[in-house]
Amino acid sequence: MLDLIVPQLLTGLAGASSLFLVASGLTIIFGVTRIVNFSHGSLTMLGAYLGWSILTRLPREPEWFILGILLTALCTALIGVMLELVVLRRVYRAPELFQLLATFGVVLILQDVTLWLWGPVELPLPRPRWLRGFVEILGNRFPLYDLVLIAIGPVVLGLLWLLMNRTRWGTLVRAATLDRDMVAALGVDQRLLFTSVFALGAGLAGLGGALSLPNASANLQIDLSVIVDAFVVVVVGGLGSLAGAFVASLLIGILQAFGIVLLPQSTLVLVFLVMAVVLVFRPNGLLGRPQAEAREMLAAAPVIRAAPPALRYLGLATLLLAASAPFWVGDYYLTVLTDGAVALLFAVSLHVMMGPGGMASFGHAAWFGIGAYAAGLLAQWLGTPMPLGLLAAPIAAGIVAALFGWFVVRLSGVYLSMLTLAFAQIVWAISFQWVGVTGGDNGLLGLWPEAWARGAATYYWIALALSVAVALLLRRMLYAPYGYALRAARDSAVRAEAIGLDVQHLRMVALVIAGAAAGLSGALFSYAKGGVFPTYISIPHSVEALLMVLLGGLQTMAGPIVGALVYTGLADILVRSTDLWRLVLGAVILLLVMAFPEGIAGAARRLWLRGREA
Amino acid sequence: MSLLAVRGLRKAFGGVQAVDDVSFDLAAGEMLALIGPNGAGKSTCFNMVGGQLPPDAGSVRLEGREIAGLNPRAIAAHGIGRTFQITATFGSMTVRENVQMALIAHHGEVWRFWRPAAVRFAAEADALLAQVGLAEQAERATGVLAYGDLKRLELAVALGNAPRLLLMDEPTAGMAPAERVALMQLTRRLATERGVAVLFTEHDMDVVFDVSDRILVLNRGALIAEGDAAAIRADPAVREVYLGTGAAGGGH
Amino acid sequence: MQVTRRLLLGASGALAMPGLLRAQGTGPIRIGEINSYTTMPAFTLPYRNAMQLAVETLNGQGGVLGRQLELLTRDDAGKPQDAVRLAGELVNDQKVDVLAGAYFSNVGLALSEYAAQNRRLYVGGEPLTDAMVWERGNRYTFRLRPSTYMQAAILAEEAAKLPAKRWVTVAPNYEFGQSGVKWFKQLLSARRPDVQFVGEQWPALGRVDAGATVQALEQMKPDAIFNVLFGPDLTNFVRQGNTRGLFEGRAVVSLLTGEPEYLDPLGDEAPEGWIVTGYPGEQIDTPAHKAFVDAYRGRFNAKPMCGSLVGYALIQSIAAGIARAESTSMERMVEGFRGAGFESPVGPVTYREIDQQGTLGVFVGRTGLKNDAGIMVDWRYIDGRDLLPGDDFVRKLRPA
Repeated sequence: MLDLIVPQLLTGLAGASSLFLVASGLTIIFGVTRIVNFSHGSLTMLGAYLGWSILTRLPREPEWFILGILLTALCTALIGVMLELVVLRRVYRAPELFQLLATFGVVLILQDVTLWLWGPVELPLPRPRWLRGFVEILGNRFPLYDLVLIAIGPVVLGLLWLLMNRTRWGTLVRAATLDRDMVAALGVDQRLLFTSVFALGAGLAGLGGALSLPNASANLQIDLSVIVDAFVVVVVGGLGSLAGAFVASLLIGILQAFGIVLLPQSTLVLVFLVMAVVLVFRPNGLLGRPQAEAREMLAAAPVIRAAPPALRYLGLATLLLAASAPFWVGDYYLTVLTDGAVALLFAVSLHVMMGPGGMASFGHAAWFGIGAYAAGLLAQWLGTPMPLGLLAAPIAAGIVAALFGWFVVRLSGVYLSMLTLAFAQIVWAISFQWVGVTGGDNGLLGLWPEAWARGAATYYWIALALSVAVALLLRRMLYAPYGYALRAARDSAVRAEAIGLDVQHLRMVALVIAGAAAGLSGALFSYAKGGVFPTYISIPHSVEALLMVLLGGLQTMAGPIVGALVYTGLADILVRSTDLWRLVLGAVILLLVMAFPEGIAGAARRLWLRGREA
Repeated sequence: MSLLAVRGLRKAFGGVQAVDDVSFDLAAGEMLALIGPNGAGKSTCFNMVGGQLPPDAGSVRLEGREIAGLNPRAIAAHGIGRTFQITATFGSMTVRENVQMALIAHHGEVWRFWRPAAVRFAAEADALLAQVGLAEQAERATGVLAYGDLKRLELAVALGNAPRLLLMDEPTAGMAPAERVALMQLTRRLATERGVAVLFTEHDMDVVFDVSDRILVLNRGALIAEGDAAAIRADPAVREVYLGTGAAGGGH
Repeated sequence: MQVTRRLLLGASGALAMPGLLRAQGTGPIRIGEINSYTTMPAFTLPYRNAMQLAVETLNGQGGVLGRQLELLTRDDAGKPQDAVRLAGELVNDQKVDVLAGAYFSNVGLALSEYAAQNRRLYVGGEPLTDAMVWERGNRYTFRLRPSTYMQAAILAEEAAKLPAKRWVTVAPNYEFGQSGVKWFKQLLSARRPDVQFVGEQWPALGRVDAGATVQALEQMKPDAIFNVLFGPDLTNFVRQGNTRGLFEGRAVVSLLTGEPEYLDPLGDEAPEGWIVTGYPGEQIDTPAHKAFVDAYRGRFNAKPMCGSLVGYALIQSIAAGIARAESTSMERMVEGFRGAGFESPVGPVTYREIDQQGTLGVFVGRTGLKNDAGIMVDWRYIDGRDLLPGDDFVRKLRPA
């Protein structure tokens, strides 16, 4: 029995160390700068590639290996400094979510840069003999290098502890983690502190990437797979807590190692279930502290007023133009416009949650996907016609949202966002892996509208009518007492409770409504594409929704609509015009974030209101 | 019969007894100040009455009904309004909408999804704003209000709930001295006119002595004195722990 | 008989649609190709190169039906929904005559759905899923490459010759991995009722926890292992397996591992003696293949990968189909493609009439090491037609 458990346990510990290396950098950066750094995985990927380039040029002895690894960490730290100086420094004052958006732009850019620099083929580091060594443990061969990894985790934790507790710099970092404003008040150069913290975090990411080389290749998929793992660890451990990240790494590493033996099919879901369970019992992670209220977000919320007549006429004109599109655009642009209509509904539904609801969802694609699968499965099992499918989709998504809502409305801030991300990943894993029901990645096919609705123009009108109708209904709702109460709960939860509002209930209903609307958009999309696929629920699709809402503007009702249309058009043009569309899109995102921190519609609104708001 | 009856209230954090066996009464239309040095347990006491914290032991009765341990929402429903030390208003709404929101909540009209909220209780809201002297500012964004106006807005919002008891935690913190007196005299007037009982904590002794009917003094979680302004001024125990650092002469 | 019918069809078509003939004119024949160029560049870039090479070669020889070929490519970003949108663009805006492409199975299936729905010809190159020609097969979809079934079939045949009785499987947990394991189990058990499958591992695609997976397989004490992992997952798996001695004294049968796309990255750690399907590349010394390699090297200064072969043959197959149809009108092309044959660099290939599957074959062999790099040894080429199941089997799966 022991010979079964011990090697698996050690393997889990080695995995835990790798997780910790990457997660520690992320948690330190978050603790001080409050930035949810999506590009942390990209830094790990760069670490792996840089490590490959450096180590293949060095002699293959262990001392050179160590030197090469440290050199890689240093290089990645420098890249981190550059990132901080060029990009992040310009967005610290923007609302938190914009910083996330900026780092996502960096992810896109680095994907193309890495491809351009190192080529498309995965690059494994040739292992010298000493890296292939093993020791015999209870009759099992165990890799020597994995033993080294097991030791590296605690050593790095120890060094970081010394750094944080025995140096002035570390004291400042800890103080900043607790209260940023206090450190600023102490007269510390905050810019230098942020830059150095980012350098440390990036260096740790690079270290993690380089240290993965003896076991894995440098490849272009590292960024997204690492960032998801790192998010889970950091959230489970408690944002900003190094010790928490360590404990969470151990928990997840070991669970994963034994999960593989006991439930081989469930590994992906298992990790996210752990995260969900931990957050239910400890809403701030295992060792995290309650977060200070996100003050930036509150300060950024301006008064919502009814649209001025000019804007109403503009909206009406746009709608008329859109409705008449089939008479003057070609079939292809009609499908793009259909996608635009779907995106509009998708973005508007997220806006309800994020804007007035104050719940930033990183996994909004889950509802889109649940609606799509509801329509698809009904059609497959019962041959349900499209109108029923379009009805069932929002109902199904709404019901699941009500169940999930119980978990989510208890949380706040980044934890809430991360739980939505975890939930979306669970839904995605089910759709991707449960081939028997969902068809797996092949998806559910043959989901076409009935003959009467099949024409490109007819379907476009259906999509446009439903999207615009639901968007108007949601708008109506937001100006009604419920919408005010929801906004009140976001603006000040204590005040809302003190005047007798049930904050959790209000948010729950917002989640259900947003989920249902997103579910409808998912079904509309599926009938347009002729099928349902797990890619509907992917992280990039959730991020697309965020992009649309934030680029358009979170604080105006027109924002998500503008964002959805701009993004759909931009993405379509870019994808068709260049292979480097990720680079261009990333750059555009960065520019927009820097130029319009309140979104496109928000900026337009500010120009419009200039001098009018007292 | 008193409106509010607090008996044997206790709360500990870790090993520290923050509030230790505190009892007091409060009658309708009465203004009761809760004072004490920092860390005396004022806010804890306050938050237990307001529902933000559950007490470890003791009872809080409003007109004879037990409200200890209820959540803030239920307590609001019992007719208790409050203001916060750091003003809590709805930043994305105009001044009038803030009050309308409270009125909508008070009238149980929150779960309505169709008719615009802007037309609900506008006249009532304006009347309340006029009472606190904010009528002119009704259309303005909350975010651009001066601090004193924000405090008065909070008062109007709290009144929107038609409370019988008003809890005010450091209502004048951060205000200029002249504004402080004005705000508390406004409160005094409203309390008298509407028969609302007011329980408030306050650092500014001038304000306390000026407007309160009665004063409770807390130290290290325990009630050490109770009485009107004159009695408290004269109380040696109070002077010792709180008032006259100089008068106590080399206490520690 | 066949000739008469085609002549008749052609004649009636020409009579009925004089306008269409004029519209087709003498402009280039446009092929609209969609693939995961940014998501899977390691596989799709050599593939696109070879397609361009084939187009240039064919155009140099005078094109097809006297018209030049023109290739338009689009990036689907790995998303079927984008592929469908771009198919619309290629068809409606760019007026392409033939749709082609896809690397991922789901993209291939989405395009095949689009093709059936809009009555457009779609020729899939790389996607492996059986559903494309069987369960979800349709009149407008052709697929060139040997499917999961075909690859698993030849491996099961080879595995049956091994003495091993206790088998374990490891595959990425998604449709390709699951159907690969399903077919292998089914076909091996049919040949060898005495084998037992004693365990399985299903790491998530792209996220294998290699150490734990290898350890878990080791605990099952198998005689032999069937592997479907590929790409970075395979690299991690092989490294942990080598260090932990998982492969020592055990037979390993592995899907696709002989393709240079997957074998090359393993470097000097490439396993020896695994039974694999793949592509031996420059070892193939038939004149046709040598010419292909020379042309490819001459044009791109690189060795052709498996994707290059597929890309090249894909364009060849489209040219052959159109030549046989003698037209680019849709229904005529479908008829022309059914049964169209051509000489690929590795041998003759035909699109079968029964399921429109190409008979491009499979190279099966063992892995070996040469100059610290993995190669295929003892390989042979098996014509695709010998790997496909009987017609009754296909008819049962394929909707009428």
